[in-house]
Amino acid sequence: MHLTWPLFLNLVISGLALGGIYALIALGYTMVYGIIELINFAHGDVYTLGSFFALAILTMLGATGELHGWVLVVDVTLAVVGAMLLCGLVGMAIERFAYRRLRNAPRLAPLITAIGVSFILQNLMQLWKGPSPISFPVVIPIVTYSVGGVTIQSTQILVIVLATVMMAALQLFVYKTKFGKAMRATAQDRDATQLMGINVNLTIALTFFIGSALAGAGGFASGVYYGSTWFFNGFAAGLKAFTAAVLGGIGNFVGAMVGGLLIGLIESLVAGLISDQWSTVAVFVVLVLVLVFKPTGLFGTAVAEKV
Amino acid sequence: MATLVSKPKRSQRELIRIGSVIAAGVFAVLIPIVDGNAGQINVLVNAGIYLMLAIGLNIVVGYAGLLDLGYAAFFAIGSYAYAIVASPQFNIHVAFWPMLILASLVAALFGIALGAPTLRLRGDYLAIVTLGFGEIVPQTFLNLDGITGGPNGISNIDGATLFGYKFGLDPVPYYYLTLVLIALSLWFAVNLRQSRLGRAWMAIREDETAAAQIGINTTTAKLAAFALGASFSGLAGVVNAGLLTLVSPEQFKFNVSITVLSMLILGGMGSLTGVVVGSLLLSILNFYLLPQAGNLLGQIGIHVDVTNYRFMIYGFILVGMMLFRPEGLIPSRDRKAELHVTEPDPAAVHENAEYGGGGRP
Repeated sequence: MHLTWPLFLNLVISGLALGGIYALIALGYTMVYGIIELINFAHGDVYTLGSFFALAILTMLGATGELHGWVLVVDVTLAVVGAMLLCGLVGMAIERFAYRRLRNAPRLAPLITAIGVSFILQNLMQLWKGPSPISFPVVIPIVTYSVGGVTIQSTQILVIVLATVMMAALQLFVYKTKFGKAMRATAQDRDATQLMGINVNLTIALTFFIGSALAGAGGFASGVYYGSTWFFNGFAAGLKAFTAAVLGGIGNFVGAMVGGLLIGLIESLVAGLISDQWSTVAVFVVLVLVLVFKPTGLFGTAVAEKV
Repeated sequence: MATLVSKPKRSQRELIRIGSVIAAGVFAVLIPIVDGNAGQINVLVNAGIYLMLAIGLNIVVGYAGLLDLGYAAFFAIGSYAYAIVASPQFNIHVAFWPMLILASLVAALFGIALGAPTLRLRGDYLAIVTLGFGEIVPQTFLNLDGITGGPNGISNIDGATLFGYKFGLDPVPYYYLTLVLIALSLWFAVNLRQSRLGRAWMAIREDETAAAQIGINTTTAKLAAFALGASFSGLAGVVNAGLLTLVSPEQFKFNVSITVLSMLILGGMGSLTGVVVGSLLLSILNFYLLPQAGNLLGQIGIHVDVTNYRFMIYGFILVGMMLFRPEGLIPSRDRKAELHVTEPDPAAVHENAEYGGGGRP
């Protein structure tokens, strides 16, 4: 395909929107891995669950299509906040019942458990909404802005803005609040943190809550962006977001955001310039290359390996 | 390490074991003679193919402790290796038997090729990279339309022929072939475990650093595990392709890898008896219980495709086993000791169920 500037910029824009969603999911992987060294395999399904929750809330509010004015603002806020809260609670429940007992078990045991949880969530969603993809109301009016051949859609703007707001809020939370400090301390040294009188269990539960809530926001964003959702979406999206977290350096927040955007760009560019069929393969090749040649990722030097 | 059982008791156990193996073998040989229903036999061959996969994956996951989440990739490679050279696709018709060996060699080579980049990785990263390979391989088969037929796959694959006797679409000869291959695989796997290599794997599984310190070449040993594990999958792939006469990328998804892994975890990783039992239990669940349950629900007016939800059951198996019995239903003795070694003692579990009991002093 002949590459022109407008085409390239269009691909970059859709890559950024895609990357914003991946970044929101990747943050959850990175937070959980940073604090308990677990690849939370079920995280991608929590993200899908977010789109299901958002869909359910929008359906309850009677929003089946384009909305305008105050209704739009209120409904979108309710859907996002509701999906985040519910996903956060699901994440906490998963941690409590499936992972907590295994905190001191050999490393692979919780990973296998997480795979099991992932399958359980997928099937629960399949029971809920059936095995086929379902349509998601595109609540915001679709407007296309065009400047010199470069186009950007209102849904893309929504996704990018939502992701940016969430990431900024997370930064504030992690670096400016007491809980954020407790979280960083627990990630550094769980035993010492406990000796300082910090409730480690609560901190870990909160980490799951926040990570899952971000995934819930991502779920809403993907619903509006694609106009549909599917119980199995989380598998591929989760793997790509995990790749993003690893690419950025697992355990590192900024890394997860940058990694997410990069993976979104890679996927969009490969799909646009080579072929859609190879975009997934390209992302996995990135995963393998990063893990093999630079397992600490781009920003991962800060987190030393715990023995 | 657990203490060895005293001599006389051991030989008694040995006798019981040999007796039950022979009994199971005789029973298996008699099944098609007693009930030759082709549908039933087909199901049994499928169960047998899964058992072969489980025996192979057990070498990688159970013996060497390398969590391979993309094992279906090698099954795909074995199946496609045969399909490409024994079908109208390129009008090449290589015979079944040499391909049985060749395809397992090809699978073994890919085992080495895909295993090599993962060698330096820690356990959980290794698992994710193998998962990545497990996704890349079927996707690549899907994309390379010219060679693999893309989403339609390759059809009209040649069946096996033995001394002029065509297996055709009759599952019974495939059943006996699978039985022979399972017997050989089990024999091979038992001997492998006792071998120098097998002991090296177990040392690596228990403590890789220590294993390297006592002079085990961990690189070679791990690559050997990937290669040997993959070769079983190659065998199973050829039988699968010959029996179905059709391969397509859909047959080798992550689901297959997880099904086989669930078999190992249910039965007990590293324990061959466990692997056989776990694999048979899940096959019974898949091929008999779930369809039956679907029928029953259908009779009372609930029309759900229950087989769609089998992965929910696998999910519960994975979670439940890891939480309550990580060593599996029929564990190998040393694996059990390993899995319980890092757990806090039972009293402490009650006292401090969660790490530190909430951070109070």
